[in-house]
Amino acid sequence: MKELLQLYAVFFRIGGLTFGGGLTMLPMLKYELAEKKGWVTEEELLDYYAVGQCTPGIIAVNVSTFVGYKRKGIIGAIFSTLGMISPSLIIISILALFLEQFMSNQIVVHAVAGIKVVVCALMLNTVVTMAKKSLVGGLCCVIAAAAFVLAVFTPVPTVLLVILAGILGVILYKAGGLKV
Amino acid sequence: MKVFWDLFIEFFQIGLFAVGGGPATIPFLMDLPNRHDWYEKADVAKMLAVSESTPGPIGINMATYAGYNAAGFAGGIAATLSLVLPSIIVIVLIAKILDKFNKNPYVKAAFFTIRPAVTGLIATAVLGIWETALFTTEDGSFQFPIGSVILCAVFYVVMNLKKLKKLHPAFWILCGAVFGIVFQM
Repeated sequence: MKELLQLYAVFFRIGGLTFGGGLTMLPMLKYELAEKKGWVTEEELLDYYAVGQCTPGIIAVNVSTFVGYKRKGIIGAIFSTLGMISPSLIIISILALFLEQFMSNQIVVHAVAGIKVVVCALMLNTVVTMAKKSLVGGLCCVIAAAAFVLAVFTPVPTVLLVILAGILGVILYKAGGLKV
Repeated sequence: MKVFWDLFIEFFQIGLFAVGGGPATIPFLMDLPNRHDWYEKADVAKMLAVSESTPGPIGINMATYAGYNAAGFAGGIAATLSLVLPSIIVIVLIAKILDKFNKNPYVKAAFFTIRPAVTGLIATAVLGIWETALFTTEDGSFQFPIGSVILCAVFYVVMNLKKLKKLHPAFWILCGAVFGIVFQM
């Protein structure tokens, strides 16, 4: 029971402190789950993101379900996901009453402008540390660069890029060019 | 009671068919007002802006907002739970399968090449976040806010200082909010 409550609490914190949704919670996930708790490795977080991209639903929820399931099975998955969505439920329900006033409040506008800048710095920080960990060897660098270029300059859907990368790994393994 | 059933059906469908995370839910959310009067199409753009200013995933925020408009606080809960239910089912199934096959060399090989690809994709997404957060004005044209860019670089350097590396990301977010208010950004 204690770990279930911990799962709820950790994801409540992540859900409640992430601005901009989805990917912007990566710095928080990395800090809370990989560095502080040691519940998952950074490689596993990347795997969860990969699967989350190719499966239906919101990525944040997919990742929390994955981590919860890994720790405590189905009930863990449910507690993590409930933790992740609780802050939104509370905040949006309160805000729904006076949305216009909130959005035009000058203090909120200034605070959000500052938060945006920090989120940009945090995201850069995360992608740099992730690259250092996951880009081992020339092949990895080529794949990462190819995925980046294709995603920025062509309309190839993200799902397809993830699947193609997976197929490439299988082909290379079969051809004997990849040791796992 | 019918409104709860409608919320369940609509948001369960969105949760099941929106592949690719939060942004993938937007076309579905734009389509909803054609069938229900829970919110108007223009509200989706407003909600996107609100979601940037409030914590939490955009898809969840939007579901809560639509459900709240339809049937109050309980409606918000119903819509949000319906949205995440398909994810929980699908991911638990996949996690089960991965547990079984994670020693399989083909699965390992696939993930070995998927990981760097995902890093590349995350870099792409970070670029997108920069573009909207820093380099786009409210009416959608390009800008180069030199002050914000320098501030961003300063934050990046400071958060990588040896003594500050272990600080919670939320600390920096709070710093950003205080900075924004003090300097009227």
